[in-house]
Amino acid sequence: MASITHFNPSTPKRDLAVMGIFALVVLTAPIWATPIGANYPDLLQRFAIFGIFAIGYNLLFGLTGYLSFGHAAFLGVGSYAAVWIFKLLTMNAILAVAFGMLVAAVFAVAIGYVALRRAGIYFAILTLAFAQMSYRLAYSVLTPITNGETGLTLDGNDPRVIDALFGGGGEGIPNPSLFGLELTGYAAFYFCAVVLILAFWVSLKIFRSPFGLKLLAIKSNQTRMRFTGYNTRPYVLTVFVISGMYAGLAGSLMAVTDPLAGAERMVWTASGEVVLMTILGGAGTLVGPMLGAVLIKYAENIFSAVNDSQLADLFGFLPEPVTDLMVGVASLFVGEGWHLTLGLLFMAIVIFLPGGMMEGLYRIGGAIRRRRAGGRAADNSAVTQPSE
Amino acid sequence: MDSLLLQLLNGLDKGAAYALIALGLTLVFGTLGVVNFAHGALFMLGAFVAVSVNKLLTISQKVRDESITAFEAYTEKPYLEIWLGDLGTEIIQWSVPISALVAIPVMLLIGLVMERGLIQYFYKRTHAEQILVTFGLAIVLGEIIKVFFGANPISQSAPPELSGAARLGAMLGLNENLVYPWWRLVYLLCSFLIVSSVFAFLKLTTYGMVVRAGMADREMVGLLGINIQRRFTVVFGIAAIVTGLAGCLYTPILPPDYHMGMNFLVLSFVVVVVGGMGSLGGAVCAGFLLGILQSFAAMSWVKDIVPGIDQIIIYLIAVVILLTRPRGLMGRKGVMEG
Repeated sequence: MASITHFNPSTPKRDLAVMGIFALVVLTAPIWATPIGANYPDLLQRFAIFGIFAIGYNLLFGLTGYLSFGHAAFLGVGSYAAVWIFKLLTMNAILAVAFGMLVAAVFAVAIGYVALRRAGIYFAILTLAFAQMSYRLAYSVLTPITNGETGLTLDGNDPRVIDALFGGGGEGIPNPSLFGLELTGYAAFYFCAVVLILAFWVSLKIFRSPFGLKLLAIKSNQTRMRFTGYNTRPYVLTVFVISGMYAGLAGSLMAVTDPLAGAERMVWTASGEVVLMTILGGAGTLVGPMLGAVLIKYAENIFSAVNDSQLADLFGFLPEPVTDLMVGVASLFVGEGWHLTLGLLFMAIVIFLPGGMMEGLYRIGGAIRRRRAGGRAADNSAVTQPSE
Repeated sequence: MDSLLLQLLNGLDKGAAYALIALGLTLVFGTLGVVNFAHGALFMLGAFVAVSVNKLLTISQKVRDESITAFEAYTEKPYLEIWLGDLGTEIIQWSVPISALVAIPVMLLIGLVMERGLIQYFYKRTHAEQILVTFGLAIVLGEIIKVFFGANPISQSAPPELSGAARLGAMLGLNENLVYPWWRLVYLLCSFLIVSSVFAFLKLTTYGMVVRAGMADREMVGLLGINIQRRFTVVFGIAAIVTGLAGCLYTPILPPDYHMGMNFLVLSFVVVVVGGMGSLGGAVCAGFLLGILQSFAAMSWVKDIVPGIDQIIIYLIAVVILLTRPRGLMGRKGVMEG
């Protein structure tokens, strides 16, 4: 992992190109997603939202190496905050997103201030403990705020003060909107996509800033960093809060695309999922976490939807007993059992490709470059550094 | 007073489960230095040993139901009952204690396979990678169990002789109403037995002495010409047995499902951290302590004062302990720091 995160000389021009390509790929998602059968707004939104979540998580884990196991708490808090804005004030998504991030930031300051007193495995356990406390409380005593197991939903009787002031508030439950534009279907996706591009831009800026370099220094040797006169904790706390705000942003976007919030978003396996996305893509790289998020959500969508008859079609060319056998074996890995695939994928990545997909891409890129350069490149090929 | 005593007893059996799991986990933590997120899966596998043994014992044959004469009705009758009569029935009823005997070799095997097959390659990797790979393994093991046994909890029953309520109050000359399930007493006794045999193994045998030396300084023991790696593999196997037995014997108290490992995993890590990384005694004490505190926090008047405390008490204590005593209650210096 360390080989990827070391200082990567980059020019503003190159960063601009990365930004441009990223924005282009995100905005044209409905086009390239069609051939792979992912072109519907619901799934594309999920790509974008979990992309934001993973990009934010990567700011903490990728840059500082602090392994938080409680990030889902911020996501859940952001969802609740956004839904409350929808209920009390207005259906305008901007306000909901802003409030979601604000509340998540407050939580992150409180939790980070305490948890960052320890590092390593203790930090992981502390964040896990806080997230579990939030989850348990959301289910039990905080039911007036969270609506317990049912989850917080919109209601026809909600006041929506600001909307009522401007003469809104017609019949039924309105959809979240952006100054009059209803955020449903592709409109909602493009809203998420624009936010994702902004989030990526901020993350890129942090990576390239002196602040980002200090965080990398903390990751590689915190003690030495302290010897040079830096008090490291404010830096880590800052990035912890930023990362928590990303999670809050992702949570409030979930509420924008589907106005409900439930405590199950805060359970610790949800925190595990974002760790998985980040590592799968490549912790400490810029686009890796985004790739990881897309891959996992895509795989979840594909594998969990496949059923036995589709498998039978797939293996139909084989002799019948073989088909039955193949269908029997393969059906363990799809549909209900797709978590098995997820777990195996997880293990395979950590065992064989600890740097994640980005490391795989680098290796392939390096191999191609070596081949192109022929025999003479044996000396400098080992240090190829393709742009991210 | 009586209600306090009752809560104490209620806390003890939960605490016994926590203590056993945490003991197994801290063996792995303290000796091998591996953060094993698949540890909860070992607990779950132990529980499913009990389920499988019960299934094996009750393999049945369809026989004509003589009590219904109007039409041909069939009932399932286990082969054991057909072959052995009343003795067979008895054996089936005692399936949980029998499965505990079966669990020892099975869990040892699972532990050894796990260590040799996967964990040994991760000693030198970072904690994050250890967590991730074992988390993946935990998911895989859970899903495999789900394939074979389904997603619903499968309840097991304690032997009838041990399934009633013990009239503890009457026995101890206290309030007559103080009763406590027999099986929980058995569980408590078994956990004391297991804990003390693990301690005896580590403190009284030469083998255990070498293991303890290896925990203190692995390199030095290796330089003395001892294959410490092999001993650590055995320790991993023992940890698997302890955890598996905890799960196996817990089945009459909590019907096992494929997800139970995940629920206990978080708790067991909290227990280990509270007890102190690398301290076996600390893990056991913290297990009982947290179990008892959890059941005290569930009392209604406590909940009236601090609403929701029963849900979060364990995590709250973990946070307080970690911040005030960084090494936990009895943590040794230099274990898993930094």
